[in-house]
Amino acid sequence: MRAITKRFPGVLANDRVDFEAASGEVHALLGENGAGKSTLSNILTGLYRPDEGEIELHGKPVHFRSPRDALDARIGMVHQHFRLVTPFTVAENVVLGDHRGEGRTLRLRPRAIERRVAELGEQYGLRVDPRARIWQLSVGEQQRVEILKTLYREARILILDEPTAVLTPQESEALFRTLRTMAAEGRTIVFISHKLNEVKAVADRVTVLRAGRSVATATAAEATAQSLAALMVGREIPAPARIATAKRPGRPALELEALCAQGDRGAPALHEVSLTVRAGEIVAVAGVAGNGQRELAETITGMRPPSGGAVKVAGVALATGDPRAAIAAGVAHVPEDRLGTGLAPSLSIASNVVLKSYRSGEASRGPFLRHGGIRRLAVEAIRRYGVSAPGPTTPARQLSGGNLQKVVLAREFSGKPRVLVAASPTRGLDVGAIETIHTYLREAAATGVAILLISEDLDEILALADRIAVLYEGRIVGERHCPGADVGEIGLLMAGGAGT
Amino acid sequence: MIRIERRLRQPRLLSVVVPLVSVGFAFGLIALVLLATGHDPGHTYGKLFRSAFGDTGALTSTFASATPLVFTGLAAAAAFRMNLFNIGAEGQLYFGVVGAVAAALLLHGAPGAVQIAGMCVGGAALGALWASIPGILRAFGRTNEIITSLMLNYVAGLVINFLIFDTHSYWRDTTSPSAAVFPQGKALPDAALWPVATITHAAGGVLLPLGFMVAAGAAIVLWTLYRHTRFGFELNVIADSPRAARYAGMRTRRKILAVMALSGAIAGLGGAAQAGNFDHLLDPRGLQQQFYGYTGIVVAALARYNPFAVVLVAFLLGGLKNAGFALQGADFPSGLVGVMQGIFLFSVLGGEILIRYRFRLKREPGAAHLPEPVP
Repeated sequence: MRAITKRFPGVLANDRVDFEAASGEVHALLGENGAGKSTLSNILTGLYRPDEGEIELHGKPVHFRSPRDALDARIGMVHQHFRLVTPFTVAENVVLGDHRGEGRTLRLRPRAIERRVAELGEQYGLRVDPRARIWQLSVGEQQRVEILKTLYREARILILDEPTAVLTPQESEALFRTLRTMAAEGRTIVFISHKLNEVKAVADRVTVLRAGRSVATATAAEATAQSLAALMVGREIPAPARIATAKRPGRPALELEALCAQGDRGAPALHEVSLTVRAGEIVAVAGVAGNGQRELAETITGMRPPSGGAVKVAGVALATGDPRAAIAAGVAHVPEDRLGTGLAPSLSIASNVVLKSYRSGEASRGPFLRHGGIRRLAVEAIRRYGVSAPGPTTPARQLSGGNLQKVVLAREFSGKPRVLVAASPTRGLDVGAIETIHTYLREAAATGVAILLISEDLDEILALADRIAVLYEGRIVGERHCPGADVGEIGLLMAGGAGT
Repeated sequence: MIRIERRLRQPRLLSVVVPLVSVGFAFGLIALVLLATGHDPGHTYGKLFRSAFGDTGALTSTFASATPLVFTGLAAAAAFRMNLFNIGAEGQLYFGVVGAVAAALLLHGAPGAVQIAGMCVGGAALGALWASIPGILRAFGRTNEIITSLMLNYVAGLVINFLIFDTHSYWRDTTSPSAAVFPQGKALPDAALWPVATITHAAGGVLLPLGFMVAAGAAIVLWTLYRHTRFGFELNVIADSPRAARYAGMRTRRKILAVMALSGAIAGLGGAAQAGNFDHLLDPRGLQQQFYGYTGIVVAALARYNPFAVVLVAFLLGGLKNAGFALQGADFPSGLVGVMQGIFLFSVLGGEILIRYRFRLKREPGAAHLPEPVP
């Protein structure tokens, strides 16, 4: 790909990006969120058309007019969010959209497809039952189906968009072995990631994107995690280190007693979860996405009525299913979905800062709002939390992810909380913003806030937590003290591999 | 190739320029239609303007036509801002007339001011009550308020027919000689007739009905409510993101019901004004021929749900409606008037797309050249 440029209204997503991958190599595409990785891969798979620049495949220029052209050119992609039809079987999903041979006939011959899928699975270590239905499979298995899809279509070039985000460390290892096998056969693997260690572990070469430009291509073996990180953010950053703090955990601030809750579809999502967080303590809930994390956060904060058990704050049981009661009891919540749940997107920063405190004396008098007071609160929050925004009237929607999260934190801490439930607080943020958010969380704990950190990022958990509880299929399957927790063991627990 | 892109920001200037250009475009297009049908556009436009805003008589009747439209426009704007599509202002206005007339008849003999205040309360209360039906269904049963509020318009129409034609109800006149020939509603007591202010400054004087002033007051109240109160703040959050509102501990279902009731109350107040200032009785046939409620939706859309703009747009549409009556004649068929009004609304609403989207010319890239896949 040469000099690829893609503009979106107001954004230059790719700015004359050069990218080249050889047959038989695993080529990592490294960059922070918003660096243009996804745009580049969407251009390569025909979803977007470049505004400028050209793509050459095996030495010949190509113009993809649709994703089908890219498929015909044998380019396959595994998206971060899977494109699978959940009520269909594995084999049905594999032939879906394949317009050659088997996929073209009116009547499917499931036997032949199933045999082929099983063969491929055997060959590449991607074992899945071809007759299983997608909804029965774990996330890791679903990803295998996505890879099988591309193999079945004989893709020569395979692009994976942050494939390890949903995997346990063990599953990631297995994936890397599969990718190496595929590369050894002469296929090209483009591996998109922002995790340095993975890139070092699996890739032959690395291309680093920053702010829509390709800044460097390096041999993975020669690069160090530090040098890659510096390229990625444009400056040297210290290796993530645990900041040791002397702590005396206080009284229990948040107690969950045999908490049960149902998921959106009515199936049980939490099974008798019991957990205590003391004042000044950071307890992390680790787990692979979709094991009840969202339901846990929502149940504690009153957004989801529990089907059993109790939530106690400072020893007093909360009224269930009532966010206002949880707020009144001092439960702050940094929701997984920042823009849409945590913030009202079209409203101003000022409105969002007082989203929970608009009834307070400073923001309103009787039934009337005090716009001056609200503005003061907003200006103060912007200054104190270093939100970079034109002003308090800027709509939340126009802020970057890191600044959105700062606004959320500013508001949540302004309520002087006893307990903070933080769900994936740094997901999708760049390295600088992650550091800032971590600092705020540590500071809050130091002042006696009990923090329940729900995260899928083990590095984050190891850097912050005093204790780790592993959530698997809605159950706490183990609790470990941290530092001192064994990452391999945590990984096994996350995969449901061992009991307490 | 022409591409349509969503604008990231909507420039303020455009929201003024585009409607003006749209109106100009409409006048141009209408002129072509007039020429094609053998009418002189200049003459027609002159007559149109004169009969809408040109003299005191025209202004008086424009205020009269605009009054119910301000109310129904405000009713629609109040709900639509919240993404609650209350299509039921029509029926809520009917019930407003029912409530207001009943209040006036019950307060017979009381001072005029008391009777008029009673009419406002009665009209607003019945309108709110009628709007609460789709409100409750939406808030607690998750039904679609568009369907329920629309269907209830027909029910409301049948109810007022029933009150006058099919029963000897409290609203039906059973004593006067003319009522014996054709069923009609009881006339309001004289003290309950709404006053009309005369602006004597012009020759002959423009008559400004009390209803129009009440409507303008309602616009101010509505604007204050949305802009300056905690209730309005909650509504803005719910409108933008119901999840964020729930997250912040707001009682979203109660607010949905409250907004539907508020919308219905404004439409009901419109019914009271219609009865007090113009109709002076419950007239089922007349009410159902006007489509005040549905026109109010157009008014709200053109005003972009801004209460003050609703007053202005209602005034202009009221004028257009009057001018339509004035233009009709032996050589000017009513169908042509309809065509003119249609072109006008179509152009102005169509212009809205230019504010939200922009068009870009773009060259089509060359055809695909696919290489043979390497085995």
